[in-house]
Amino acid sequence: MSHHIVEFKKVSFRYPDGTEALRDISFRITHGESVGIIGANGAGKSTLLLHMNGYLMPTSGTVNIGDLFLTRQTQQEIRRKVGIVFQNPDDQLFMPTVYEDVAFGPLNLGLDETAVRERVEYALNLVSGVEIKNKPPHHLSCGQKSAVAIAAVMAVEPDILAMDEPAANLDPRSRRLLINLLKTFEHSKIIASHDLDLIMDVCHRCIVIKEGIVIADGLVTDILTNKKLLEDNNLELPLSLQRC
Amino acid sequence: MNFDEQYYNIGFIDQLSYKDTFVHRLDPRAKLIATLFFLFTVISFSKYEINGLLPFFLFPVLLMSMGEIPFMFILRKVILVSPFAVFIGIFNPLLDSGQVMINGLAISAGWISFFSILIKFTLTVSTALLLIATTSFPGVCHALRQLGLPSIFVSQLSFLYRYIFVLMEETMRIVRARNMRSYGEKGKDMKTFIRIVGILFIRTIERAERIYNAMLSRGFQGDMPTLKRFHIKTGDIVFTLSMLIFLYVFRFYPVTETVGRFVQGVLS
Repeated sequence: MSHHIVEFKKVSFRYPDGTEALRDISFRITHGESVGIIGANGAGKSTLLLHMNGYLMPTSGTVNIGDLFLTRQTQQEIRRKVGIVFQNPDDQLFMPTVYEDVAFGPLNLGLDETAVRERVEYALNLVSGVEIKNKPPHHLSCGQKSAVAIAAVMAVEPDILAMDEPAANLDPRSRRLLINLLKTFEHSKIIASHDLDLIMDVCHRCIVIKEGIVIADGLVTDILTNKKLLEDNNLELPLSLQRC
Repeated sequence: MNFDEQYYNIGFIDQLSYKDTFVHRLDPRAKLIATLFFLFTVISFSKYEINGLLPFFLFPVLLMSMGEIPFMFILRKVILVSPFAVFIGIFNPLLDSGQVMINGLAISAGWISFFSILIKFTLTVSTALLLIATTSFPGVCHALRQLGLPSIFVSQLSFLYRYIFVLMEETMRIVRARNMRSYGEKGKDMKTFIRIVGILFIRTIERAERIYNAMLSRGFQGDMPTLKRFHIKTGDIVFTLSMLIFLYVFRFYPVTETVGRFVQGVLS
Protein backbone atom coordinates (compact mmCIF):
# COMPACT_ATOMS: atom_id res chain seq x y z
CA MET A 1 0.00 0.00 0.00
CA SER A 2 2.87 2.38 -0.50
CA HIS A 3 2.79 3.04 -4.21
CA HIS A 4 0.78 6.27 -4.16
CA ILE A 5 2.63 8.04 -1.42
CA VAL A 6 3.69 11.67 -1.47
CA GLU A 7 6.64 12.38 0.71
CA PHE A 8 8.34 15.73 1.33
CA LYS A 9 11.65 15.55 3.22
CA LYS A 10 13.05 18.83 4.55
CA VAL A 11 11.92 20.69 1.45
CA SER A 12 12.86 24.35 1.17
CA PHE A 13 12.14 26.61 -1.71
CA ARG A 14 13.27 30.13 -2.43
CA TYR A 15 11.88 32.12 -5.36
CA PRO A 16 14.43 33.84 -7.59
CA ASP A 17 13.51 37.20 -6.04
CA GLY A 18 14.60 35.94 -2.64
CA THR A 19 11.20 35.18 -1.10
CA GLU A 20 11.45 32.11 1.06
CA ALA A 21 8.22 30.28 0.31
CA LEU A 22 8.89 26.91 1.95
CA ARG A 23 11.23 26.19 4.85
CA ASP A 24 12.15 22.67 5.87
CA ILE A 25 8.78 21.14 5.12
CA SER A 26 8.41 17.43 5.84
CA PHE A 27 5.35 15.23 5.67
CA ARG A 28 4.24 11.92 4.27
CA ILE A 29 0.89 11.24 2.71
CA THR A 30 0.12 7.56 2.24
CA HIS A 31 -2.01 5.75 -0.30
CA GLY A 32 -5.67 6.74 -0.32
CA GLU A 33 -5.35 9.50 2.23
CA SER A 34 -7.16 12.77 1.67
CA VAL A 35 -5.36 15.72 3.12
CA GLY A 36 -6.35 19.35 3.42
CA ILE A 37 -3.66 22.00 3.31
CA ILE A 38 -4.70 25.22 4.99
CA GLY A 39 -3.05 28.46 5.96
CA ALA A 40 -3.25 32.21 5.56
CA ASN A 41 -2.89 33.93 2.18
CA GLY A 42 0.72 33.71 1.08
CA ALA A 43 1.57 30.92 3.52
CA GLY A 44 3.00 28.77 0.71
CA LYS A 45 0.10 26.49 -0.18
CA SER A 46 0.26 27.04 -3.94
CA THR A 47 4.05 26.79 -3.97
CA LEU A 48 3.74 23.47 -2.18
CA LEU A 49 1.33 22.14 -4.80
CA LEU A 50 3.63 23.23 -7.63
CA HIS A 51 6.32 20.97 -6.18
CA MET A 52 4.11 17.94 -6.50
CA ASN A 53 4.42 17.69 -10.26
CA GLY A 54 7.87 19.08 -10.54
CA TYR A 55 6.95 22.46 -11.94
CA LEU A 56 9.08 23.90 -9.17
CA MET A 57 12.11 22.02 -7.93
CA PRO A 58 13.02 22.27 -4.25
CA THR A 59 16.04 24.43 -3.47
CA SER A 60 17.00 21.80 -0.91
CA GLY A 61 15.41 18.60 0.35
CA THR A 62 13.67 15.86 -1.63
CA VAL A 63 10.20 15.12 -2.92
CA ASN A 64 9.12 11.51 -3.48
CA ILE A 65 6.05 10.60 -5.45
CA GLY A 66 5.33 6.89 -5.24
CA ASP A 67 8.74 5.27 -5.61
CA LEU A 68 10.14 8.10 -7.71
CA PHE A 69 12.46 10.86 -6.57
CA LEU A 70 11.58 14.16 -8.17
CA THR A 71 14.35 15.06 -10.60
CA ARG A 72 14.39 16.54 -14.08
CA GLN A 73 14.46 12.98 -15.45
CA THR A 74 11.41 11.76 -13.58
CA GLN A 75 9.36 14.94 -14.05
CA GLN A 76 7.31 13.61 -16.95
CA GLU A 77 6.47 10.36 -15.24
CA ILE A 78 5.51 12.18 -12.07
CA ARG A 79 3.21 14.47 -14.01
CA ARG A 80 1.26 11.42 -15.14
CA LYS A 81 0.81 10.29 -11.56
CA VAL A 82 -0.18 13.62 -10.06
CA GLY A 83 -3.04 15.57 -11.57
CA ILE A 84 -3.22 19.19 -10.47
CA VAL A 85 -6.35 21.31 -10.75
CA PHE A 86 -5.35 24.95 -10.61
CA GLN A 87 -7.23 27.77 -9.02
CA ASN A 88 -8.18 29.73 -12.14
CA PRO A 89 -9.94 27.53 -14.69
CA ASP A 90 -9.16 30.00 -17.48
CA ASP A 91 -5.50 29.14 -17.10
CA GLN A 92 -6.23 25.49 -17.34
CA LEU A 93 -8.58 25.40 -20.31
CA PHE A 94 -6.30 26.40 -23.12
CA MET A 95 -7.78 24.48 -26.03
CA PRO A 96 -10.45 26.06 -28.25
CA THR A 97 -13.24 23.65 -27.32
CA VAL A 98 -14.14 21.72 -24.19
CA TYR A 99 -13.78 18.36 -25.92
CA GLU A 100 -10.30 19.07 -27.24
CA ASP A 101 -9.26 20.38 -23.87
CA VAL A 102 -10.27 17.22 -22.04
CA ALA A 103 -8.64 15.16 -24.79
CA PHE A 104 -5.33 17.01 -24.46
CA GLY A 105 -3.97 14.97 -21.56
CA PRO A 106 -4.97 11.51 -22.86
CA LEU A 107 -3.55 12.36 -26.30
CA ASN A 108 -0.26 13.32 -24.68
CA LEU A 109 -0.20 9.93 -23.01
CA GLY A 110 -0.07 8.49 -26.52
CA LEU A 111 -3.37 6.60 -26.33
CA ASP A 112 -5.11 5.61 -29.55
CA GLU A 113 -8.18 7.43 -30.75
CA THR A 114 -10.92 5.16 -29.35
CA ALA A 115 -9.25 5.06 -25.95
CA VAL A 116 -9.00 8.85 -25.95
CA ARG A 117 -12.67 9.21 -26.83
CA GLU A 118 -13.65 6.80 -24.07
CA ARG A 119 -11.62 8.69 -21.51
CA VAL A 120 -13.09 12.02 -22.58
CA GLU A 121 -16.65 10.73 -22.42
CA TYR A 122 -15.99 9.18 -19.04
CA ALA A 123 -14.42 12.33 -17.61
CA LEU A 124 -17.14 14.63 -18.96
CA ASN A 125 -19.80 12.30 -17.59
CA LEU A 126 -18.17 12.47 -14.21
CA VAL A 127 -18.74 16.21 -13.98
CA SER A 128 -22.03 16.09 -15.95
CA GLY A 129 -20.55 18.17 -18.74
CA VAL A 130 -21.39 16.11 -21.81
CA GLU A 131 -23.81 18.61 -23.30
CA ILE A 132 -21.23 21.43 -23.35
CA LYS A 133 -18.50 19.41 -25.05
CA ASN A 134 -18.41 21.40 -28.29
CA LYS A 135 -18.51 24.84 -26.69
CA PRO A 136 -15.55 27.18 -26.57
CA PRO A 137 -14.45 27.86 -22.97
CA HIS A 138 -15.23 31.58 -23.18
CA HIS A 139 -18.93 30.77 -23.50
CA LEU A 140 -19.03 28.81 -20.24
CA SER A 141 -19.98 29.96 -16.77
CA CYS A 142 -17.41 29.87 -13.99
CA GLY A 143 -18.91 26.70 -12.53
CA GLN A 144 -18.85 24.96 -15.89
CA LYS A 145 -15.24 26.03 -16.42
CA SER A 146 -14.23 24.53 -13.06
CA ALA A 147 -16.08 21.33 -13.89
CA VAL A 148 -14.29 21.03 -17.23
CA ALA A 149 -10.93 21.75 -15.60
CA ILE A 150 -11.53 18.86 -13.22
CA ALA A 151 -12.66 16.60 -16.08
CA ALA A 152 -9.50 17.48 -17.98
CA VAL A 153 -7.37 16.26 -15.10
CA MET A 154 -9.50 13.19 -14.37
CA ALA A 155 -9.23 12.11 -18.02
CA VAL A 156 -5.56 11.37 -17.42
CA GLU A 157 -6.58 9.04 -14.54
CA PRO A 158 -3.96 10.26 -12.10
CA ASP A 159 -3.03 8.27 -8.96
CA ILE A 160 -2.94 11.40 -6.88
CA LEU A 161 -5.20 14.42 -7.24
CA ALA A 162 -4.02 17.83 -6.05
CA MET A 163 -6.33 20.83 -6.09
CA ASP A 164 -5.82 24.51 -5.42
CA GLU A 165 -9.01 26.18 -4.14
CA PRO A 166 -11.32 23.87 -6.09
CA ALA A 167 -14.56 25.50 -4.91
CA ALA A 168 -13.51 29.15 -5.06
CA ASN A 169 -15.81 30.20 -7.90
CA LEU A 170 -18.63 27.73 -7.49
CA ASP A 171 -22.22 28.36 -6.49
CA PRO A 172 -23.43 26.32 -3.49
CA ARG A 173 -25.01 23.57 -5.57
CA SER A 174 -21.96 23.11 -7.82
CA ARG A 175 -19.80 23.14 -4.70
CA ARG A 176 -21.91 20.37 -3.16
CA LEU A 177 -21.65 18.33 -6.38
CA LEU A 178 -17.89 18.80 -6.33
CA ILE A 179 -17.68 17.61 -2.72
CA ASN A 180 -19.70 14.50 -3.55
CA LEU A 181 -17.48 13.88 -6.57
CA LEU A 182 -14.31 14.22 -4.51
CA LYS A 183 -15.63 11.73 -1.96
CA THR A 184 -15.97 9.11 -4.70
CA PHE A 185 -12.36 9.53 -5.84
CA GLU A 186 -10.51 6.72 -4.10
CA HIS A 187 -6.89 7.64 -4.57
CA SER A 188 -4.86 10.13 -2.60
CA LYS A 189 -6.20 13.68 -2.56
CA ILE A 190 -4.44 16.85 -1.55
CA ILE A 191 -6.62 19.95 -1.36
CA ALA A 192 -5.37 23.44 -0.61
CA SER A 193 -8.26 25.66 0.34
CA HIS A 194 -9.71 28.29 2.63
CA ASP A 195 -13.05 26.51 2.44
CA LEU A 196 -12.74 24.70 5.75
CA ASP A 197 -16.18 23.15 5.51
CA LEU A 198 -15.19 21.51 2.25
CA ILE A 199 -12.02 20.19 3.85
CA MET A 200 -14.01 18.90 6.78
CA ASP A 201 -16.34 17.03 4.44
CA VAL A 202 -13.71 15.56 2.15
CA CYS A 203 -10.51 15.12 4.13
CA HIS A 204 -9.61 13.24 7.24
CA ARG A 205 -6.21 14.81 7.78
CA CYS A 206 -5.14 18.42 7.74
CA ILE A 207 -1.80 20.21 7.48
CA VAL A 208 -1.51 23.83 8.59
CA ILE A 209 1.20 25.93 6.98
CA LYS A 210 2.43 29.28 8.20
CA GLU A 211 5.16 31.25 6.45
CA GLY A 212 6.43 28.13 4.74
CA ILE A 213 6.59 25.94 7.85
CA VAL A 214 4.30 23.07 8.87
CA ILE A 215 2.95 24.15 12.23
CA ALA A 216 0.29 21.50 12.69
CA ASP A 217 -0.41 18.13 11.11
CA GLY A 218 -3.16 15.91 12.38
CA LEU A 219 -6.73 14.72 12.13
CA VAL A 220 -9.24 17.15 10.69
CA THR A 221 -11.42 16.68 13.77
CA ASP A 222 -8.59 17.90 16.00
CA ILE A 223 -7.29 20.77 13.90
CA LEU A 224 -10.48 22.31 12.63
CA THR A 225 -11.90 22.46 16.15
CA ASN A 226 -8.84 24.21 17.54
CA LYS A 227 -10.06 27.80 17.58
CA LYS A 228 -6.79 29.33 18.73
CA LEU A 229 -4.68 27.56 16.11
CA LEU A 230 -7.05 28.58 13.34
CA GLU A 231 -7.25 32.20 14.40
CA ASP A 232 -3.47 32.44 14.62
CA ASN A 233 -3.47 31.54 10.93
CA ASN A 234 -6.05 34.07 9.73
CA LEU A 235 -8.66 31.33 9.67
CA GLU A 236 -11.92 30.75 11.53
CA LEU A 237 -13.79 27.74 12.80
CA PRO A 238 -15.69 26.04 9.99
CA LEU A 239 -19.18 27.52 9.64
CA SER A 240 -20.80 24.19 10.44
CA LEU A 241 -19.03 24.19 13.81
CA GLN A 242 -19.78 27.83 14.58
CA ARG A 243 -23.50 27.21 14.68
CA CYS A 244 -23.46 24.71 17.50
CA MET B 1 -19.57 52.36 -28.81
CA ASN B 2 -18.05 51.29 -25.54
CA PHE B 3 -15.76 48.44 -24.74
CA ASP B 4 -18.39 46.09 -23.31
CA GLU B 5 -20.45 46.18 -26.48
CA GLN B 6 -17.42 45.50 -28.65
CA TYR B 7 -16.57 42.53 -26.49
CA TYR B 8 -19.95 40.85 -26.75
CA ASN B 9 -19.96 41.59 -30.47
CA ILE B 10 -16.89 39.44 -31.09
CA GLY B 11 -18.45 36.47 -29.36
CA PHE B 12 -21.35 36.67 -31.80
CA ILE B 13 -19.36 35.13 -34.64
CA ASP B 14 -19.10 31.94 -32.56
CA GLN B 15 -22.85 31.82 -32.07
CA LEU B 16 -23.23 31.95 -35.85
CA SER B 17 -21.01 28.92 -36.29
CA TYR B 18 -23.30 26.77 -34.08
CA LYS B 19 -26.01 26.79 -36.77
CA ASP B 20 -26.71 23.67 -38.73
CA THR B 21 -27.10 24.41 -42.42
CA PHE B 22 -25.69 22.87 -45.60
CA VAL B 23 -22.74 25.26 -45.50
CA HIS B 24 -22.03 24.58 -41.83
CA ARG B 25 -22.05 20.84 -42.40
CA LEU B 26 -19.42 20.95 -45.15
CA ASP B 27 -15.99 19.69 -44.18
CA PRO B 28 -13.84 22.61 -42.94
CA ARG B 29 -11.05 21.51 -45.27
CA ALA B 30 -13.35 21.73 -48.29
CA LYS B 31 -14.43 25.22 -47.29
CA LEU B 32 -10.89 26.30 -46.55
CA ILE B 33 -9.54 25.11 -49.89
CA ALA B 34 -12.44 26.68 -51.78
CA THR B 35 -11.94 29.97 -49.93
CA LEU B 36 -8.20 30.03 -50.57
CA PHE B 37 -8.69 29.43 -54.29
CA PHE B 38 -11.37 32.09 -54.30
CA LEU B 39 -8.99 34.60 -52.70
CA PHE B 40 -6.17 33.85 -55.13
CA THR B 41 -8.47 34.06 -58.14
CA VAL B 42 -9.82 37.44 -57.04
CA ILE B 43 -6.35 38.81 -56.36
CA SER B 44 -5.02 37.55 -59.69
CA PHE B 45 -7.10 40.05 -61.69
CA SER B 46 -5.32 43.06 -63.17
CA LYS B 47 -5.54 46.35 -61.35
CA TYR B 48 -7.95 47.94 -63.85
CA GLU B 49 -10.42 45.07 -63.76
CA ILE B 50 -13.97 45.75 -62.59
CA ASN B 51 -16.28 43.89 -64.96
CA GLY B 52 -14.59 40.56 -64.44
CA LEU B 53 -14.76 40.90 -60.64
CA LEU B 54 -18.46 41.58 -60.30
CA PRO B 55 -19.67 38.00 -60.94
CA PHE B 56 -17.57 36.85 -57.98
CA PHE B 57 -20.04 38.48 -55.60
CA LEU B 58 -22.17 35.44 -56.30
CA PHE B 59 -20.06 33.34 -53.89
CA PRO B 60 -20.25 35.44 -50.73
CA VAL B 61 -23.94 36.04 -51.39
CA LEU B 62 -24.63 32.33 -51.81
CA LEU B 63 -22.60 31.40 -48.72
CA MET B 64 -24.35 34.07 -46.73
CA SER B 65 -27.89 33.11 -47.71
CA MET B 66 -27.34 29.35 -47.49
CA GLY B 67 -25.46 29.66 -44.23
CA GLU B 68 -28.13 31.99 -42.79
CA ILE B 69 -25.54 34.58 -41.81
CA PRO B 70 -27.08 38.04 -41.29
CA PHE B 71 -26.04 40.44 -44.04
CA MET B 72 -25.72 43.43 -41.72
CA PHE B 73 -23.24 41.59 -39.50
CA ILE B 74 -20.85 40.94 -42.39
CA LEU B 75 -21.37 44.42 -43.81
CA ARG B 76 -20.53 46.08 -40.50
CA LYS B 77 -17.35 44.08 -40.12
CA VAL B 78 -16.29 44.86 -43.69
CA ILE B 79 -16.86 48.57 -43.12
CA LEU B 80 -14.95 48.39 -39.86
CA VAL B 81 -11.75 47.26 -41.60
CA SER B 82 -12.34 49.20 -44.84
CA PRO B 83 -10.08 52.15 -43.89
CA PHE B 84 -7.06 49.94 -44.62
CA ALA B 85 -8.17 49.32 -48.19
CA VAL B 86 -9.21 52.93 -48.68
CA PHE B 87 -5.81 54.19 -47.59
CA ILE B 88 -4.03 51.76 -49.87
CA GLY B 89 -6.01 52.93 -52.88
CA ILE B 90 -6.75 56.57 -52.11
CA PHE B 91 -3.71 57.98 -53.92
CA ASN B 92 -4.31 56.05 -57.12
CA PRO B 93 -6.63 58.72 -58.61
CA LEU B 94 -3.95 61.34 -57.95
CA LEU B 95 -0.90 59.39 -59.08
CA ASP B 96 -2.33 57.43 -62.00
CA SER B 97 -3.40 60.15 -64.41
CA GLY B 98 -3.92 57.93 -67.46
CA GLN B 99 -7.32 57.83 -69.11
CA VAL B 100 -9.45 54.93 -70.19
CA MET B 101 -12.28 55.16 -72.72
CA ILE B 102 -15.43 53.30 -71.75
CA ASN B 103 -18.38 53.61 -74.13
CA GLY B 104 -16.98 56.89 -75.38
CA LEU B 105 -16.55 58.30 -71.85
CA ALA B 106 -13.08 59.23 -70.68
CA ILE B 107 -12.53 57.98 -67.14
CA SER B 108 -9.36 58.42 -65.11
CA ALA B 109 -7.51 55.12 -64.76
CA GLY B 110 -6.66 55.97 -61.14
CA TRP B 111 -10.31 55.92 -60.13
CA ILE B 112 -10.84 52.61 -61.85
CA SER B 113 -7.95 50.97 -60.04
CA PHE B 114 -9.19 52.50 -56.79
CA PHE B 115 -12.60 50.90 -57.23
CA SER B 116 -11.00 47.68 -58.30
CA ILE B 117 -9.07 47.60 -55.01
CA LEU B 118 -12.26 48.26 -53.04
CA ILE B 119 -14.12 45.47 -54.82
CA LYS B 120 -11.29 42.99 -54.31
CA PHE B 121 -11.13 44.02 -50.65
CA THR B 122 -14.88 43.55 -50.12
CA LEU B 123 -14.85 40.16 -51.84
CA THR B 124 -11.87 38.76 -49.96
CA VAL B 125 -12.72 40.09 -46.50
CA SER B 126 -16.37 39.09 -46.64
CA THR B 127 -15.53 35.59 -47.86
CA ALA B 128 -12.91 35.11 -45.16
CA LEU B 129 -15.41 36.30 -42.53
CA LEU B 130 -18.03 33.95 -43.90
CA LEU B 131 -15.58 31.07 -43.73
CA ILE B 132 -15.08 31.69 -40.01
CA ALA B 133 -18.76 32.39 -39.36
CA THR B 134 -19.81 29.09 -40.96
CA THR B 135 -16.88 26.96 -39.76
CA SER B 136 -15.89 28.50 -36.40
CA PHE B 137 -12.32 29.52 -35.73
CA PRO B 138 -11.29 26.23 -34.08
CA GLY B 139 -12.73 24.44 -37.13
CA VAL B 140 -10.53 26.47 -39.45
CA CYS B 141 -7.48 25.80 -37.26
CA HIS B 142 -8.26 22.12 -37.38
CA ALA B 143 -8.52 22.17 -41.14
CA LEU B 144 -5.19 23.97 -41.41
CA ARG B 145 -3.54 21.36 -39.24
CA GLN B 146 -4.98 18.49 -41.23
CA LEU B 147 -3.89 20.11 -44.45
CA GLY B 148 -0.33 19.97 -43.18
CA LEU B 149 0.40 23.38 -41.65
CA PRO B 150 3.04 22.86 -38.91
CA SER B 151 1.57 22.29 -35.48
CA ILE B 152 3.36 25.28 -33.97
CA PHE B 153 1.58 27.80 -36.24
CA VAL B 154 -1.79 26.21 -35.68
CA SER B 155 -1.38 26.17 -31.92
CA GLN B 156 -0.35 29.84 -32.00
CA LEU B 157 -3.56 30.60 -33.84
CA SER B 158 -5.79 28.64 -31.52
CA PHE B 159 -4.13 30.14 -28.44
CA LEU B 160 -4.63 33.57 -29.93
CA TYR B 161 -8.30 32.86 -30.35
CA ARG B 162 -8.73 31.23 -26.95
CA TYR B 163 -7.04 34.00 -25.01
CA ILE B 164 -8.17 37.06 -26.89
CA PHE B 165 -11.43 36.70 -24.98
CA VAL B 166 -9.69 36.33 -21.65
CA LEU B 167 -7.49 39.34 -22.40
CA MET B 168 -10.49 41.39 -23.42
CA GLU B 169 -12.34 40.40 -20.28
CA GLU B 170 -9.34 41.45 -18.25
CA THR B 171 -9.23 44.78 -20.07
CA MET B 172 -12.96 45.18 -19.59
CA ARG B 173 -12.58 44.73 -15.84
CA ILE B 174 -9.78 47.29 -15.63
CA VAL B 175 -11.66 49.79 -17.80
CA ARG B 176 -14.80 49.32 -15.71
CA ALA B 177 -12.87 49.83 -12.49
CA ARG B 178 -11.37 53.02 -13.91
CA ASN B 179 -14.71 54.37 -15.11
CA MET B 180 -16.39 53.63 -11.80
CA ARG B 181 -13.92 55.73 -9.90
CA SER B 182 -13.37 58.56 -12.34
CA TYR B 183 -16.85 60.08 -11.88
CA GLY B 184 -17.41 61.35 -15.38
CA GLU B 185 -13.89 62.77 -15.60
CA LYS B 186 -13.26 59.78 -17.86
CA GLY B 187 -9.66 59.60 -16.60
CA LYS B 188 -8.68 59.54 -20.21
CA ASP B 189 -5.30 61.15 -19.82
CA MET B 190 -2.26 59.44 -21.27
CA LYS B 191 -0.75 58.52 -17.89
CA THR B 192 -3.65 56.30 -16.81
CA PHE B 193 -3.77 54.73 -20.22
CA ILE B 194 -0.10 53.85 -20.14
CA ARG B 195 -0.48 52.33 -16.69
CA ILE B 196 -3.43 50.24 -17.78
CA VAL B 197 -1.43 48.88 -20.70
CA GLY B 198 1.48 48.14 -18.37
CA ILE B 199 -0.71 46.27 -15.91
CA LEU B 200 -2.27 44.27 -18.72
CA PHE B 201 1.16 43.33 -20.00
CA ILE B 202 2.34 42.08 -16.63
CA ARG B 203 -0.86 40.16 -15.99
CA THR B 204 -0.53 38.56 -19.41
CA ILE B 205 2.99 37.35 -18.70
CA GLU B 206 1.92 35.91 -15.37
CA ARG B 207 -1.03 34.20 -16.99
CA ALA B 208 1.16 32.77 -19.74
CA GLU B 209 3.30 31.18 -17.08
CA ARG B 210 0.29 29.64 -15.35
CA ILE B 211 -1.03 28.30 -18.64
CA TYR B 212 2.30 26.75 -19.53
CA ASN B 213 2.32 25.19 -16.11
CA ALA B 214 -1.13 23.71 -16.67
CA MET B 215 -0.01 22.34 -20.02
CA LEU B 216 3.05 20.71 -18.49
CA SER B 217 1.03 19.06 -15.78
CA ARG B 218 -1.05 17.36 -18.42
CA GLY B 219 1.94 15.94 -20.18
CA PHE B 220 2.74 18.63 -22.76
CA GLN B 221 6.11 17.88 -24.34
CA GLY B 222 6.29 20.31 -27.22
CA ASP B 223 3.67 18.95 -29.56
CA MET B 224 -0.04 19.73 -29.69
CA PRO B 225 -1.86 16.48 -30.35
CA THR B 226 -5.28 16.56 -31.99
CA LEU B 227 -8.10 14.17 -32.64
CA LYS B 228 -9.39 13.63 -36.14
CA ARG B 229 -12.85 15.06 -36.16
CA PHE B 230 -13.97 15.20 -39.75
CA HIS B 231 -14.45 12.79 -42.57
CA ILE B 232 -14.62 13.81 -46.19
CA LYS B 233 -18.03 13.09 -47.70
CA THR B 234 -19.02 13.07 -51.35
CA GLY B 235 -20.82 16.37 -50.79
CA ASP B 236 -17.54 17.99 -49.81
CA ILE B 237 -15.74 16.79 -52.93
CA VAL B 238 -18.63 17.89 -55.15
CA PHE B 239 -18.64 21.30 -53.45
CA THR B 240 -14.90 21.85 -53.85
CA LEU B 241 -14.78 20.65 -57.46
CA SER B 242 -17.77 22.71 -58.59
CA MET B 243 -16.31 25.73 -56.79
CA LEU B 244 -13.01 25.26 -58.66
CA ILE B 245 -14.76 24.88 -62.00
CA PHE B 246 -16.82 28.00 -61.44
CA LEU B 247 -13.76 29.95 -60.36
CA TYR B 248 -11.96 28.85 -63.53
CA VAL B 249 -14.87 29.85 -65.76
CA PHE B 250 -15.32 33.19 -64.02
CA ARG B 251 -11.62 33.90 -64.27
CA PHE B 252 -11.00 33.09 -67.92
CA TYR B 253 -14.29 33.71 -69.69
CA PRO B 254 -16.04 37.11 -69.89
CA VAL B 255 -19.11 35.99 -67.97
CA THR B 256 -20.63 39.45 -67.58
CA GLU B 257 -20.36 40.10 -71.30
CA THR B 258 -21.84 36.76 -72.25
CA VAL B 259 -24.76 37.19 -69.91
CA GLY B 260 -25.24 40.74 -71.18
CA ARG B 261 -25.21 39.59 -74.83
CA PHE B 262 -27.64 36.84 -73.98
CA VAL B 263 -30.07 39.18 -72.24
CA GLN B 264 -29.76 41.66 -75.13
CA GLY B 265 -30.50 38.87 -77.56
CA VAL B 266 -33.60 37.85 -75.61
CA LEU B 267 -34.86 41.42 -75.40
CA SER B 268 -34.33 42.39 -79.04
